[in-house]
Amino acid sequence: MSIARERLRAAAHSATLITGLAILVVWIVCALFGSAITPFDPYADNLLSTLASPSAAHWFGTDQLGRDIFSRVIMGARDILIVAPLATLLGTVLGTTLGLCIGYLRGPLDDVVSRVIEAIQALPLIIVALMALAAVGTSNATVVLVIGFVFTPLIARTVRAAVLVERDQDYVAAARLRGDGRLSIMFIEILPNVLPIALVEMTVRLGYAIFFVASLSFLGFGIQPPSADWGIAIAENYSLIGSYWWTVLFDAAATASLVIGVNLVTDGLKSVVDA
Amino acid sequence: MTPHPDTTTPQPDALKVEHLDVVYRVGRHERRVLSDLSFTIRRGESYGLVGESGCGKSTAAFAAIRYLALNGRVSAGRILVDGRDLMALSPAELRALRTQSVSMVYQDPGRALNPTIRIGRQMAEVFEVAQGLKPRQAHEQAAQMLARVQIPTPERAMANYPHELSGGMQQRVVIAMALSINPALLILDEPTTGLDATVEAEVLDLVSRLHGEFNNSILFISHSLPVVARMCDRVGVLYAGELVEEGPAASVFTDPRHPYTVGLLRCVPAYGRRKSHGRLETIPGFLPAPGSITGRCVFVDRCGNATDRCRSAVPPRVELGGRMARCFYPERAPDLPHTAQAPAQALAAAAPRAAQPLLRVRSLSKTYQVAGKPFQAVNHMEFDLWAGETLGLVGESGSGKSSLAKLLLGLSIPDSGGRIELGGEALAPDTAARTAAQHKALQIVFQNPGSALNRSQTVRRLIGRSLRLVGLFGRARETRLLELADSVRLTPRHLDEKPRQLSGGLKQRVGIARAFAGGPALVVCDEPTSALDVSVQSAILNLLVDLQAEQQVSYIFISHDLNVVHYLSDRIAVLYLGRLLEIGPAEAVFSGAHHPYTEALLSANPAAATHANRIRLQGELPSALNLPSGCVFQTRCPRKIGRICEDQEPPLLDAGFGHAIRCHIPAAELKGAQLTPDAPAPGIDVPPPSSPHP
Repeated sequence: MSIARERLRAAAHSATLITGLAILVVWIVCALFGSAITPFDPYADNLLSTLASPSAAHWFGTDQLGRDIFSRVIMGARDILIVAPLATLLGTVLGTTLGLCIGYLRGPLDDVVSRVIEAIQALPLIIVALMALAAVGTSNATVVLVIGFVFTPLIARTVRAAVLVERDQDYVAAARLRGDGRLSIMFIEILPNVLPIALVEMTVRLGYAIFFVASLSFLGFGIQPPSADWGIAIAENYSLIGSYWWTVLFDAAATASLVIGVNLVTDGLKSVVDA
Repeated sequence: MTPHPDTTTPQPDALKVEHLDVVYRVGRHERRVLSDLSFTIRRGESYGLVGESGCGKSTAAFAAIRYLALNGRVSAGRILVDGRDLMALSPAELRALRTQSVSMVYQDPGRALNPTIRIGRQMAEVFEVAQGLKPRQAHEQAAQMLARVQIPTPERAMANYPHELSGGMQQRVVIAMALSINPALLILDEPTTGLDATVEAEVLDLVSRLHGEFNNSILFISHSLPVVARMCDRVGVLYAGELVEEGPAASVFTDPRHPYTVGLLRCVPAYGRRKSHGRLETIPGFLPAPGSITGRCVFVDRCGNATDRCRSAVPPRVELGGRMARCFYPERAPDLPHTAQAPAQALAAAAPRAAQPLLRVRSLSKTYQVAGKPFQAVNHMEFDLWAGETLGLVGESGSGKSSLAKLLLGLSIPDSGGRIELGGEALAPDTAARTAAQHKALQIVFQNPGSALNRSQTVRRLIGRSLRLVGLFGRARETRLLELADSVRLTPRHLDEKPRQLSGGLKQRVGIARAFAGGPALVVCDEPTSALDVSVQSAILNLLVDLQAEQQVSYIFISHDLNVVHYLSDRIAVLYLGRLLEIGPAEAVFSGAHHPYTEALLSANPAAATHANRIRLQGELPSALNLPSGCVFQTRCPRKIGRICEDQEPPLLDAGFGHAIRCHIPAAELKGAQLTPDAPAPGIDVPPPSSPHP
C-alpha cells in the first residue's frame, strides 16, 4: 500500500481531524454561500427592534441597529477566511524560502538572519503589526501583507531546523557530486522533504492568524466596516456586554470555534504525518 | 573450568522457552513474529541465537524478560526463567526477577547508560537496589566490579559521565552493571555490533573470561556467525520467527543440517577468499513478512532443496542426536546446490596495468579546528591507484578513512599543498569547481542507503537525475535507465517505487546504479555493505565485482570487515589516526610482514582460526587532538622497540613488490617475529586460556 493511501486511511480514523474538518467546513460554507443562507439581510437596519434578545425569529438576537446577529455571524466568516489563510500562505511561502536558504547556505548570512529572527521573536508581534498598519494604512491587502511578513521569520526558523538535518544527508552529497547547483539542491532535493514540516507549521500559524486578524479588527486596524466581521462586531458592542450579552457572545464564540477547528485539524494532521 | 552444575545438582534450567508464539499488533492486524519457538539454556551454558535482521532475535530476548513492546504479546507457550513461569509472575515478582536473576546488555552502550549521571553513581545504584547496600559499600563494590571488567582505573572511570568514555569502555561498564547482580541469566543483544574490530575482540574476550569466572548462563544474540561460533556452546538459528536449526556450536557451523544455515555460512566471504576465486554464494529471494507463510516450510521459497512436500506441509522438528533441524531433508543440507559458478574468465584475467595511474594522491592532508585546536583527520596521504584496480582502506573509526574519501570526492576541502590527479588532470578541491566529465568519472556508493537516497523521489527519478549528467534525454534516457536498472538486477517494477518501499539491499542497488550512471572511472565505496545482512552483502559484493569486470572501473573500498576487504581488494591501505601505516598488494598485506597495527587488526578477526597467539592492543585510541610523539601507534604497539618509537616518526619503508610499512622495525624482522606462532612478541599481553569451551 502506498504511503499516501496509508496516511489517508489514518486520517479517516482520526476523530480529532474529522471534528476539526467538520467545524472548518461549516465556516467555509458560511463564507462562500453566506448571502444565500442568511435568514435576514445582515446589513439591513431595523430601528424598530434594536437590541432584541434571542428569540425564534432572531436566534442570536439583534444589535444596536436592529441587524440580525445570526445573519451577521454567518456573513462575518467571509473576510477573516480570506485574509487569514492568504496571510498564512504568504508567510509560509516566504518563510520556507528563507529557511531553506539560510539553512542550506549557512555562513554569515545564516548567522545574521538567525539573530534578526530571534530579535523579532522577542517583540510583541501585535504591536509590530499595529505600527506597520498605522504606517501603510489598513485594508484587507495590507493586513495580509503585514501578517505574512510577521509570520515569515517564525516559519523560517522551523524550516531552517528541518533543513539542517537534511543538508547532512548523503543524498545531498550525491547531488553535489553530480554537479547540481545550489538552487537545484535546495528546491528539488531538499524542499520536498521539509514540505510536510512546513505544512504542519502553516496550519499552526493559520490558527494564530485568525486570532491575529480578529484582534486587529477589534482594535480597528484589521478588517474595516461595513464588513460583518466578528472582531469589528465585538469592538462595536463590548461596552454593552453587561445588559446585552448576545451582541458579543456569538461573535466571540464564532472566532473561538474557528480557531479550535483549525487547531484540531493541526493536531490531527500532526499525528497522521508522524504515524 | 567448572563443570556444568546441572549434572550434580538438580537445579532448574536458566531459561526454558516452550512453544512460544509472539504477535505484534500492526494497525488492525496481528503479525506473528515468533512461532513455536522452543529452546533451553542450561545452567552455565552460553547459547547463541543467530539470524538476519527481522528474524525475531531481539523479540526472543525481550520476551525472555517479559519486556515486549506495547503492541507485542505472548499469544501461546511458556517461558521459564530459573524454573519460574514468567507469565504467571505478579508485577512485583517480575521486578524482583529482573533485578536479581536476569540482566541484559544492549547493542548501543551509549543509550543504555544515563548521560546525566556519573558512572560511579549508576553502578552503585545497582548494588543499592539489588542488594540493599549502603552507598559507601555500594561504591566499593562498584569499583571492584569495574576492575573485574578490566577497566584500568575504576575510580577515575566512576567520576566520569558516560560520554567521556569510549564505546568499548561504555560497553564494559554496561557489562559490569549487568554482572553486578550475578544474574542466573545474562542476555547479550548484539553487544559488539557498534564497536571497532580490535575493541570487539577485547569485549568478546572479556565476556568469555567472565563467563568462566561467574559461570552464568548466557543468551548471546548476534547476526555474526563467526562471533557466535566463538562465544557459544550451543546455537539456535532463527529464520522468519522459527528456530530452524539448533545444536552444539561446533557441529552446527561445521556440519549444518538446515539449508538456511548452509546458505548463511556460504555467504560470508571466508578468511583468505579473493574475488579471483569466484563469486560469493547468495541466498536467493527475500525474507518473508512475519507470519505471512503458513502451512508450508518458511524457507521454501529460497531453498534449493525444496520439493513439493516442503510446499504443502510444515516440516517437523527432526531430532538428530543432540541437535535439531526443522527440515524434511536434513541429510541433504550439505548438498544444497551452489549459487555461484566457477570463477568467471573476466575475473581470473587480471588487467595489465596502464603506464599512468588513474588516481594519484600526493601529500593530501586535512586539518579541522576543534575548540581552537588543530585536529588532523588526514595526514600527508600519498598513494596511486590504477585503472580497474581496487584499493581497500582499512582502519578503525577515527582512522581517517571516510575523511580521505570526502577529500577525494571534493566534499570537504583539503589543506593547501595537497594534490589529487584523476587521469593525469588535477582535480579542483571543491566538487562544485570540477567539470562535468570529472563528476561523471568520480562517484560514490554510500554506507547508509537510507540516507543516500532522497526519500521523496522514485527510483526512476533517483537514477534519472544522474543520467542528465550524461546528456541523455527522452527515449534514449529511458533506454539507458532500463539498462542500468538491469545491470544492478533491479526489475522495471522497482522503478516507480520510493526508497521506503525497498529493502536495504535493493536501496543499495539503486545507489550503485546512480554511481554508475555516468560510466565512472573510480567509485568510492564507503562501507557499502555494513548496514546489510550477510546474504544481501554477498549479492552486493558480487554485483560490484561484476561491474568492475565489465567496465574496468576502479574502486576505493572502505570497510571494517577484513574478510570483505580481502575478497574485493587488489591492494590494501591501512590507516591509523589519519596516517598511512601500511600499503601494498592484498596478498602481501595479509600474509605479512605486517605492520604491528595490521597484525592486531588481523588477529582481532573472529573468523581467523588461530586464537592462541592473538595479539591485543593495550589502552585506548589516543585522541587526535593530542597525538603521541614519534610514531602515532607507539602508545598501543605490542612490538615497540624503545626510545626511537617515541622520538621519531618512522618512514614508510619499502618491503618489496610495492608493499610499504611505516615502522622502525625492518620488514624482514617483522616477518620473522610474526611467523613464529608460539612465541608472542615481547610486551604482548598473553591472555589466560579463558574460554571454558574451546
